This record gives sequence, C-alpha cells and structure tokens, in this order.
Amino acid sequence: MGKRVGLEVTVAVAEAVALCRIDMAGVYPITPQSHIAEHLSTLVADGKLDAEFMTVESEHSAMSAVIGASGAGARSYTATSSQGLMLMHELLPIASAMRLPITMAIANRAVSGPLNILNDHSDIMPQRDAGWIVVFAENGQEAIDLSIQAFKIAEHKDVMLPVSVNIDGFQLTHMVEPVEMPTQEDVDQFLPPFVPHATLHPARPVTMGAFAMSDYFTEIMKAKDEAVKNSKKVILAVWDEWAKMFDRSYKPVETYKADDADFLILTMGSMGETAQLAIDELRVKGVKAGLVKLRLWRPFPFAEIKAAIKNAKKLIVTDRAVSFGGPGGPVFSEIKSALYAETRRPAIYNYIYGLGGRDVTVHDFVGMFEKIIADTGNVAADTYEFWGVRE
Amino acid sequence: MTLKSWKELPIGCVVSEPGSASEYHTGSWRSQRPIWHDAKCIKCGICYVFCPEGCVQQGEDGFFKANMDYCKGCGICAHECWPCAIKMVEEG
Repeated sequence: MGKRVGLEVTVAVAEAVALCRIDMAGVYPITPQSHIAEHLSTLVADGKLDAEFMTVESEHSAMSAVIGASGAGARSYTATSSQGLMLMHELLPIASAMRLPITMAIANRAVSGPLNILNDHSDIMPQRDAGWIVVFAENGQEAIDLSIQAFKIAEHKDVMLPVSVNIDGFQLTHMVEPVEMPTQEDVDQFLPPFVPHATLHPARPVTMGAFAMSDYFTEIMKAKDEAVKNSKKVILAVWDEWAKMFDRSYKPVETYKADDADFLILTMGSMGETAQLAIDELRVKGVKAGLVKLRLWRPFPFAEIKAAIKNAKKLIVTDRAVSFGGPGGPVFSEIKSALYAETRRPAIYNYIYGLGGRDVTVHDFVGMFEKIIADTGNVAADTYEFWGVRE
Repeated sequence: MTLKSWKELPIGCVVSEPGSASEYHTGSWRSQRPIWHDAKCIKCGICYVFCPEGCVQQGEDGFFKANMDYCKGCGICAHECWPCAIKMVEEG
C-alpha cells in the first residue's frame, strides 16, 4: 500500500503521472494548472522521470505535440485549463478520431469573458462532443487515482480513446490534502506498458489522420460513437480492479444516503463533499435528503443515473456552466433527456451556481432543498435559476 | 472500390498501405475537362508544370494530355497555356 503524504493536489497529480512512466509530456502553463507542468518539468530535469518534457508555445501546440507523440507510440500526457482548453478545442476531436490514448488533466476554470481565473465548469462543457472520455474528481485522492486509471482505460485495446480528468481549479488544484500516493511497484503492477494500435515509423509507413469525404464520414462517426459507448465496459472493469488493489472504489454515478431519499441533489466535481455535509444536516432535521454524484460525464451513464434517482420525488440538478438561451445548464439538459422516456420521474429543478469561483457553502445546499420542498405545486420544476444572483 | 461498413473500419482509420491514395480517383469530382488542340501547342510544358495534381503527362510525340482518373477539371492548365491550346469543356 502507498504512503500517506500531505501534498498540493497539482503536485500529487504530477507525481502520479510520473508513476505511470509517461514517455512524453507536452504542457503549456496556465493558472490553475501550472503546477502540474512545473512539477513534471522538475521531475524530468532532476532525472527522476525518464520522459521528454516538450516546452510548447501554446496549448494548440501542446495538444498537437501529444497527438504526434502518441501516434509515434509514446505514452503522452498534457494538462490545461480554461482558455488553454478552448485553444486546444480544434484538436480534441482529431485525437479521439485517430484513437490516440492521450490523457489530460483539466484544472477546471471559468472561460473568459470577463477574464476570471477561478473555478467553474465552463471550460469542459463546450468540449462535450469531442469524443473524449470525461471523468470528474471530487477530492485530491480521486484526482491522483483517476489520473493513473486514465492511462489504463485510454490504452486498453478495446478503448484507444483520449481521457480527460477534470479537477476543479483552486478548490482542488491548490489544496494541500492528505493523500495516499501509490507505490511505483503497485502502479507498475496495475498499469501495463502502452501497446499502440499503430505507430508512425519510417520503416513501417502508415497514414494517420487521413482525409475522408461523404462516402465514409458517416461510418467513421458511427464507429467513433460506438467506441466511446463501448469504453464503459472497460472503465467499469478498471475501476473494479482498482478497488481490489487499492481499496478505493469508483463508479460512474455515486450516491450518498440516496436510497430512501425523497429529495435528491446531483453534483459533479468538488461540490459533492460540501453537499454531503448539507445532506447530514438535513437528515438530522428529519428531511429525507440524498446526494447523487456524477463522476462519468462521457460516456454518459444512462442506466446508473436512472437507477439512482428513480424513487425520488424531487431532484435538484446543479450546473457550473451556462447554456445561454438554452434549456438550462448542460448537466440539467442531459439529465432531463436521459429521463424523457421514463413514466416515473422526479420533478427536476436546476440551479446554476459557483460560477467564476463564487463560494458555495453548506448553507447554500440546505437552502436549495428548502426551496424545492416549499414548492409544493412543482411550479419551478423544469426551469433553471442562477442561485444566489443579485437581483 | 467496395465501400466498407462502419464495423470494418480499422481503428482510428489508419491507412496501412502506403500509396493507396492512388486508388481514390479524384477525377470523379470533375465538372469540366481540358481538351488539348495540338495544332496550337508549342510543347512548352507549362500545363505539366502548373497542374496541381501532377496528372498532366507528355506523350512520346511530345504533346500533353491529362490522366482523367485524377484530373479534377480545375482549369489551371487552360488558364496558364499562353498559346491557348487548352480549352475547358463541360462534362457530360
């Protein structure tokens, strides 16, 4: 078993990635991700990690570099945030279409404008349809564990897709947390060497990323959709294996006191831990409140979501991004869509909150429950609201 | 060329046969074709030099013609031909 240490989460993530014996990292610094880049670069410079740390001139170059390196057969890693992710956007669907098992940490941060360096999910949400596997971490330990698991999932022969591990900026990235760092031996046992599905090599010429016209484009999109959907089997198997080996379990949808709950709240990322405290407080008051945490954003866990919320009377879906002029927050829209065909479903409320780093306290979560419970006629169901906005 | 189903595509659509792009006949895109009038041709080869597809070839008689499997009908050869020996005519 690993050693319990106190580490800043970004440093811990870089250490975890080093344990995965990456061959290459192409990272451009951006707040609040920069410490991942800095620490990886230090590990390489100090000779502790035998990898190429490529100093690139932008995030567009970072993603291009890891695509090239992965194509050459290197275990490749990058990390970014906010504007950096937006700059990578063009290349994200190319990485997944080429089935390159790159892994990337996203230190989630609000997208400009106005310029804001603090945490929300407006950076990852516009990347929804890039064909990547997307997971969210709730605390430092999960950020470490998911970063290691990401390589195994991505590189599995039945997956071969890029994975992004979402780590809330500052709320997680800059916390110093007590974490259990797996040992090199454990990671070596868990993570086999990378076997690429094809490599760029002068002696064995292949073409990667060729062009395709209307006669093939539909078939290629269908194959990619099936690949992303099928990855779930491997994700579940890898999480099972992790639980057996490290005694920490991961599920696409995780719940807290949700089984008998009349009122549920759904969170993604670091907000889950604060919401959990609110659930305890409400339970003490006799309110049958429960929590649903969505860990796996893509492929979307339809069956698990339905199972987790089917018995509730009311469900609060929280969002940390806005779909301007749309049907509500992106998570809300997804959950509603998942439940559309269900004959029995809870009344669903949507609160958009924690934008640009605004604090969300236990008190806020309790207030959300009180508000939906008071709405006896479900008048506000199926609508969205900016929680705490000054009128 | 028989078109493959989505299940038959290689992972990441990697093309493992070098040079297989030649099987893709871009000539099917053409809506106009170049016609050479050899009486006007001075065999300067400017059509050969400017063809972006590299599909203009010189015959043993010194005159030029395009490989219609790959000629997209862009008309650059006709535009560049200063003795006006090439005319673009509608296909079909």
